Amino acid sequence: MKARGTRVLPGILGRWARPLAGPLAAIGLALAAGAILVAVLGQDPVTVYTTLFDAIFGSAYGFGQVLFKATTLIGTGLAVAVAFRAGLFNIGAEGQMYLAGLASAAFALALGDGCPALVAVPLVLLAGALAGALVALLPALLRAFLGVHEVINTIMLNFVAFALGSWILVEKLALFESVHTAEIPAAARLPRLETMLPAFRGAPLNLALLLQLLLCALCALALWRTRWGYEVRAVGLSESAARSAGIPVRRRLVEAMALSGALAGTAAANFVQGYKYYFEEGFTAEAGFKGIAVALLGSTHPAGIVPAALFFGALDRGGFVINGLVPKEFVDILQALVILLVIVLARPGDVAAQVRRLALRRREEVS
Amino acid sequence: MEALPLAGLLVAATLRIAVPYVFAALGGFYSERSGVINIALEGMLLTGAFACVVAAHAAESAGLGGAVAGWLGVGAACVAGGGLGALHALICVRFGANQIVSGLGLNLLAMGATKFLLTLVFGSSANSERIAGIPSWDLPGLASWSVTRVLFCTPLVLLAVLAVVVSQLLFRRTVFGLRLHATGEHPEAALSLGVPVVRLRWTGVVLSGALAALGGAWLALEQHQFTAGMSSGRGFIALAALIFGKWTPRGAALACLLFAAAEAVQIQLQGGALGIPTQFLQMLPYVVTMVALAGVIGRSRPPAALGRPLEPLR
Repeated sequence: MKARGTRVLPGILGRWARPLAGPLAAIGLALAAGAILVAVLGQDPVTVYTTLFDAIFGSAYGFGQVLFKATTLIGTGLAVAVAFRAGLFNIGAEGQMYLAGLASAAFALALGDGCPALVAVPLVLLAGALAGALVALLPALLRAFLGVHEVINTIMLNFVAFALGSWILVEKLALFESVHTAEIPAAARLPRLETMLPAFRGAPLNLALLLQLLLCALCALALWRTRWGYEVRAVGLSESAARSAGIPVRRRLVEAMALSGALAGTAAANFVQGYKYYFEEGFTAEAGFKGIAVALLGSTHPAGIVPAALFFGALDRGGFVINGLVPKEFVDILQALVILLVIVLARPGDVAAQVRRLALRRREEVS
Repeated sequence: MEALPLAGLLVAATLRIAVPYVFAALGGFYSERSGVINIALEGMLLTGAFACVVAAHAAESAGLGGAVAGWLGVGAACVAGGGLGALHALICVRFGANQIVSGLGLNLLAMGATKFLLTLVFGSSANSERIAGIPSWDLPGLASWSVTRVLFCTPLVLLAVLAVVVSQLLFRRTVFGLRLHATGEHPEAALSLGVPVVRLRWTGVVLSGALAALGGAWLALEQHQFTAGMSSGRGFIALAALIFGKWTPRGAALACLLFAAAEAVQIQLQGGALGIPTQFLQMLPYVVTMVALAGVIGRSRPPAALGRPLEPLR
């Protein structure tokens, strides 16, 4: 096999350096392009970037804000990545997260104050995950059984989810003259990390971060250390090969997509259970779409998604502090450039080689 | 005779609402028939609207008349949209990168960049200064009734109708259309027959941007200004219309009219139409598109090579 990169960078270094090269180059180029843009506007790029850097790493509060924003993106990024590994493109994370937020808030409100936190918190999380999975189930079934491409259906379902969510909110749940629900009971809330780590005082960082990190670890284990995960990845690499190997392709497709939706659903907890304690119209703030960028920047691997989410979270946070120097949408442009560059610079490797590798291992397992 | 004026108003409103959908859906048609998925229609609409306002405003400031400035704006929109299309083509056709992600990235880029530039050019992050727009023609006999006034006296509406007819004829009756079709269905086979697949894809995607941007220009000229995020999901409705219309200009245009009619009813009847909540009317385009794709009523099938970059010949 002619893997040019591995020959130059042998062993462990090559194994880590190769997937890192593309994303890092994309970030570097995007920042360079941003610097040129800033310079054209007659501002000093160094000042802009140091201001940005200071806001992110300069204080525990600032970093707490970054971590808070990254938490949601880890959730949606992981959701997109899991589907991607099964060869599915989940553009519906936004809508799945939206309805999951509504479902978890509604469930928490119905649960009331009588339930102890140790029961209420996981139940409400589960309600959100279930709602997300249900939204994802429709495009999954249509793909698995009718062969309809999931991309279009997940895009369409986003808009259906927004409209449906807004209807339910307005008709049933919204407080008078507002676009949000009542606050959920204290028992269903995730504790803020500032109660344990006082340095984060004021930042809305909460236990959802640890939950998302845990989910990342669990997904990594499920995908790379279980038979189920192996089969999901095999389906993602080649459906026809997986089918002839006796893997229940349709089942794995539906399961992976439902899991993806459930993960997108848990991403809502950061806001609903950890920050505002209510569901609000527009609370997703494009996190579902940015999750796609995070997943790709992180090479659709949990270990890559965390730093990628941190990067995007940092830029989200950074917009507010540089607004005096350049318009705050500067960071949106940077994010978009990173996405566009990363798909050009870090294409998902030699797929054929991966198929061969999987086939080899399969044969070893059989014999 | 209460019903007739209302019906006229509804038809006129439907036509007006349909214009940006038609332009964007036609844009989607050229791109997707060449085999390149285009979910950047939204960003292209937005870019077109912004470029139109900037150019028209600059022209007005330079002392040109409103109509001339408006047409300059339309031209600028085409150029800017075509530019965004060229970027999409560069990423997807030249580099063979993922077309869906490229589209998403371009949408985010258009959203960020238009707001960024809005602040720089007009000093506000919400809206631009006012532009005059292109007045409708005062044709005797036609300008007096709302429907004929929209259909025959509004230049961009006429352009939209013309674009649909021309696209349909191009697609079904010309060598270019046949080749475009082949490029989207089986690029390798087309290439082996000497069809310039790469060039056709570039043409399709750039044209896509220019056409979608015309829809944006219409929005800007209608509202006499640019407001941040003014495309508000129209690019995705256009995408739905393209799919519902089975990836043909005529079908897409009819789907646009259908979706626009639902919207017009919703606006004219103040939401309470036949007891259906507004939100359910908003869902309509997306739901019927999903149904059409699933094949319940006359299955809609995408071009076979949609989303697949051309395998380099070795």
